[in-house]
Amino acid sequence: MDKTVNQKAWFLVLPVFLVVAFSAVLPLMTVVNYSMQDTFGNNQFFWNGVGWFKELLDPSTDLGGRFLASLGRNLFFSLVILAIEVPLGIVVALSMPRDGWTVAACLVTLALPLLIPWNVVGTIWQIFGRPDIGLLGYTLNAIGIDYNYVSNAVDAWITVIVMDVWHWTSLVALLCYAGLKSIPEAYYQAAQIDGASRWAVFKAIQLPKMNRVLLIAVLLRFMDSFMIYTEPFVVTGGGPGNSTTFVSIELVKIALGQFDLGKAAALSLVYNLIILIVCWIFYTVMTNAGSERKPQEGAA
Amino acid sequence: MARIDLVDLAHSYGGNDAPQETFALKPVTMTWRQGGAYALLGPSGCGKTTLLNVISGIITPSRGKILFDEVDITPLSTQKRNIAQVFQFPVIYDTMTVGQNLAFPLKNRGVPKAEIDKRVAEIGRLLDLEPYLNRKATRLTADAKQKISLGRGLVRSDVAAVLFDEPLTVIDPELKWQLRSKLKALHRELDLTMIYVTHDQTEALTFADTVVVMHDGRVVQSGTPAELFDKPAHTFVGYFIGSPGMNIIPAEVRGREARIDGHVIALNRAYDNLPDGARIEIGVRPEFVDAVTPAPGLLTSKIERIDDLGRIRFARVRVGDAKLAARAPNGFTSSDGTAGLKFDPAHIHVYADSLLVEGAA
Repeated sequence: MDKTVNQKAWFLVLPVFLVVAFSAVLPLMTVVNYSMQDTFGNNQFFWNGVGWFKELLDPSTDLGGRFLASLGRNLFFSLVILAIEVPLGIVVALSMPRDGWTVAACLVTLALPLLIPWNVVGTIWQIFGRPDIGLLGYTLNAIGIDYNYVSNAVDAWITVIVMDVWHWTSLVALLCYAGLKSIPEAYYQAAQIDGASRWAVFKAIQLPKMNRVLLIAVLLRFMDSFMIYTEPFVVTGGGPGNSTTFVSIELVKIALGQFDLGKAAALSLVYNLIILIVCWIFYTVMTNAGSERKPQEGAA
Repeated sequence: MARIDLVDLAHSYGGNDAPQETFALKPVTMTWRQGGAYALLGPSGCGKTTLLNVISGIITPSRGKILFDEVDITPLSTQKRNIAQVFQFPVIYDTMTVGQNLAFPLKNRGVPKAEIDKRVAEIGRLLDLEPYLNRKATRLTADAKQKISLGRGLVRSDVAAVLFDEPLTVIDPELKWQLRSKLKALHRELDLTMIYVTHDQTEALTFADTVVVMHDGRVVQSGTPAELFDKPAHTFVGYFIGSPGMNIIPAEVRGREARIDGHVIALNRAYDNLPDGARIEIGVRPEFVDAVTPAPGLLTSKIERIDDLGRIRFARVRVGDAKLAARAPNGFTSSDGTAGLKFDPAHIHVYADSLLVEGAA
């Protein structure tokens, strides 16, 4: 077969190339550029090499201290909400009806919080929790519990965690429900015949069959909670003090509040890298979990 | 080990007040003897799986009783009945090894560990699963998984009956034979009552010593494979069993004569007591009809095609509106596309409203 050489097809790639360049590569490179410089305004920049990165990882400096503290808070927050939302989501999914019109009602009710925009959720809880006019805050104080998320760090944390659980447990529950629905009826019948208790059914059938969706749920909830910004920002503004200042809130403070573009750029690169690494770990774990399931050899 | 009696057993998914035609399982009374190999045969939706689930306790029948050794177990839950069931698709506990899978029913019942190990080893040996006992069950092939499902039933020493719900559906054809003969061997060895649901007549006829044919929620006949073949009690049985199925031809029957399209066919027995107004048909297996060169005195038919099955050829012919199959003896050819049909009177049955009528000698 004769082939004619024609390079014109490269022009077809050009639009994609340009879009990617302007939307991803150039902004990212700008950030990399900023992270190596310092500025005192007036668009004047001074070379600082890896100075910001060194500071960032050194807890004794101001930048490093703030970054590592907020990172710690962020990890703690993610762990807490995972520890609550995953078991709670499973329980909700298990207690949902398996058929009938109530299924649709449950699904819609569960989906409602997921459809509310982040800062509306924040505003709802900000008002809900206010001791003077909020239903929750007023009631708690009325029955003698001293609750004030503006002045008490523990109250602020509880508010932020409860808010996240309220907002996102549905996602875990819906994913688990999908996993549960895909289990054929025969498994339950076989378990009945095998005399399995409710707990044994959960352990031997439901949990193993849900493990794929649970991995997805954990991944999604971890990434989302690790990048959380809007809701705590609206409710507590990162306070009281710095007690609910997460990495993203710290980042915005440095970049827009102090206009320290260099520090902020370095911080955002490290932040980004952490998320990429965690993503990669989850991806590897998930694909490995999948390949384990392939049938290999049989006993004929 | 048990004898199973079904007493006026019926099930309707719509409740007992629904008209009886809508019952998934119409009232049936029958006995399954201890140690028998039974097949429940019928097309999809004939109620055979419903009957099986009623016996295993997954469905509580809306009417009637089930007795295991004369004890009424109808209200008992599945756990409390001593039955094992193998489903259409292999049910395997993914996270467990083959051995743990086999041990699961015993563990749930609180059997001591030493006893469990003994039973698992024994069943593993019986089912040729020994080399795999410590392997994850998910990695095995479908037929091995079905053996594990079966093993979970057999591992209990008190099991009264093993129920199979089309267990070979997902098995490769060449392994089906192996697994089926394994089941037969187990049946001989363990003296268990086995009930095998299938829509495949070959599976049913090779596995069972008694085949129960179901049609439209009703048990239409129960008997040995030979009985089903020689003397179908219902036109459905005649048609469903055998390949090709029985020829069912509308006819007028009077005394020792059947009349098709004005042509008279002699019968071996006298039928003087046919119910008035019933739909009368005669049924004869293709094996007992010969397609021969047309001759006076023979029913003439039009040949549509001839199927060569290797050892035997069947002519597909048409008489009026009725389609028939007839054996085409070696060397038979037709010059004008017609054939005469020669019936064997000993094997012609008469059906009134689809039910077999016994003639007088």
